[in-house]
Amino acid sequence: MTDLILEAAGVTKRFGGLTAVDDVTFSIPERSIVSIIGPNGAGKTTFFNILTGLYKPTLGRVAFQGANITSGRPDKIMKLGIARTFQNIRLFGTMSALENVMIGQHSRMKAGLFGSIFRTPPVRHEEKYVREHAAEALEYVGIRSHLHDQLAINLSYGDQRRVEIARALASDPKLLLLDEPTAGMNPQESDELTQLMQKLRDDRGLAILLIEHDMKVIMGVSQHITVLDHGEKIAEGGPQEIRTNPQVIEAYLGKQASQETP
Amino acid sequence: MAEAAAIRTSSTAPPPGTSRVPKGARMALTAAAIAAAIIIPLFIDSGGNVMNNLVLAAAYVVMALGLNIIVGFAGLLDLGYVAFFAIGAYTMGYFGSGFHANAGGGDGIHFLVTGPAAKLPGIHVNFLIICVLAVLATTVAGMIIGLPTLRLRGDYIAIVTLAFGEIIGRIAINGDEIHGFGTSLTAGRQGITPVDKIDLPGIDRFTSLELRPWFYVALMLVFIVLFVNFRLRDSRLGRAWIALREDEVAASSMGIPMVKTKLMAYGTGAAFGGLSGAFLASYLNTVNADQFQFSFSIFVLAMVILGGLGSIWGVVVGAIVLSVINNYLIPDVFNSLPGDIGLDFDLTELSFGIFGFLLVIMMILRPEGLIPERRRKMELVEDIGVDDAVFESRLP
Repeated sequence: MTDLILEAAGVTKRFGGLTAVDDVTFSIPERSIVSIIGPNGAGKTTFFNILTGLYKPTLGRVAFQGANITSGRPDKIMKLGIARTFQNIRLFGTMSALENVMIGQHSRMKAGLFGSIFRTPPVRHEEKYVREHAAEALEYVGIRSHLHDQLAINLSYGDQRRVEIARALASDPKLLLLDEPTAGMNPQESDELTQLMQKLRDDRGLAILLIEHDMKVIMGVSQHITVLDHGEKIAEGGPQEIRTNPQVIEAYLGKQASQETP
Repeated sequence: MAEAAAIRTSSTAPPPGTSRVPKGARMALTAAAIAAAIIIPLFIDSGGNVMNNLVLAAAYVVMALGLNIIVGFAGLLDLGYVAFFAIGAYTMGYFGSGFHANAGGGDGIHFLVTGPAAKLPGIHVNFLIICVLAVLATTVAGMIIGLPTLRLRGDYIAIVTLAFGEIIGRIAINGDEIHGFGTSLTAGRQGITPVDKIDLPGIDRFTSLELRPWFYVALMLVFIVLFVNFRLRDSRLGRAWIALREDEVAASSMGIPMVKTKLMAYGTGAAFGGLSGAFLASYLNTVNADQFQFSFSIFVLAMVILGGLGSIWGVVVGAIVLSVINNYLIPDVFNSLPGDIGLDFDLTELSFGIFGFLLVIMMILRPEGLIPERRRKMELVEDIGVDDAVFESRLP
């Protein structure tokens, strides 16, 4: 059994009377790609927001590499090594692609107020390093150098998704959370992204947690899949098990369909 | 794909942090502006009204550039900036006047001061040290006002800062009845006066008849504040401010500590208000509660908006324009205009009506300001950085 990089136990989130995430227990092994799937409104993104500190769970506990991060501050969780992208791309529109990625490295930088004002040699050195590191991250996800100085809003949709991944990668995370990264991508772009995810796991030893609707992507890369419906975990297992799980088919296609499936 | 590529190559947006003016031309313009600011005053009557206006304009530029860090860079609408002016001015009043008449057993406390101030009762500390004290006091005050606004956004920040400005203003007015340690808290509407003149080593004593030295001190402050503005804008901190301004959720998820980053904006912005306040207290020779009213916060904010939120040169121009209108055009040039056409009032009574009118005109014709900052312009035009997501309340 491999070590677990992230463990969530009994995570529950209620918004008033609505239970968005209901007693979900979940873990991510090191160097693995795991997915969360489920119909719209199943609580997938809410669960992401709990893991990254944007929401505080009503109940339950989240541990990252053994350290309790339940309702920790988002920036601190990022600093520990969990980076994420957003379902609806949240790049900083008036910043260039490169600057966006530089923001991703904020938590790894040291320049303070006085260092920045006097631009001391360490600060200048750090700026240069961060700039180069950001350019590398962009190249890594496939954004060529002539686009680095383009403003984020002027980039194509697929490129924006990639820049967002580069921004997350720039912080050298240990766990990467991708919220529907292939949404709006054409099949070729999805394939490239799938390969990128595998490359990240194999080359950099990253663990990746994926929320995705594209079953081809999910089944292609995931070692383990968790299915949420109405905030509850209704199934988990390898791609094959999930594909044939009657409860999953019911959640996605309705009861009739699940009965008709042999 | 070909279309997308064509669009991308056609939009040759300049790299961030730069304007469309070429770099060489910008350097030349900057050098020319600095040279003009240094040389032209040499040919202006040192005791005249024009020089007086230059000094005031320079002091306002310092203040506006301070507010620009809070409102322009970090996007925190501050309607109580006058509080920092007040705190800086009172620092000057406390440590550079005869206000504490009983200090040192009636003989006064003196520290590195020369001339008549060295013999007067009260506390008299060297101007440079008072500047440092004013910066410290206002930085702390800026952070204190920053704290309660951290969980708020947009208009709500404005309301809290407005209240803070009002509180300080009220304390200034009523402080003459708050007693302790053998003195009162403020001198209320009567004001602390006289205030020590600037006393710099190696330079003749400053007087209220020779204004040129005052101008150069103010200009030095302007240069310092400009330098800090430019350096911070293009730094790790400057990027973090823009990120927070555009999208707090994404920024904090990318590792930017919200509390610390915002407090830095409040602290540095406030420090410049305090610096300018200490200078103005000495220059105007009074620390008077009537100076610290809400309208002054709006006056400084109007400079920032008129010039262009976040635009450093824009704010400089905005401050100069409004300073000249307020201190020269309205009282000296057009003041008798209503009387000349048979109306029974002075134009000075309409000052704020005029500023309001100017702002309305600006909002219609050029909402991004006289010299717009590129990002801010995009935010206005393309609706970027709309704060839609809300952090969950972190109260227990």
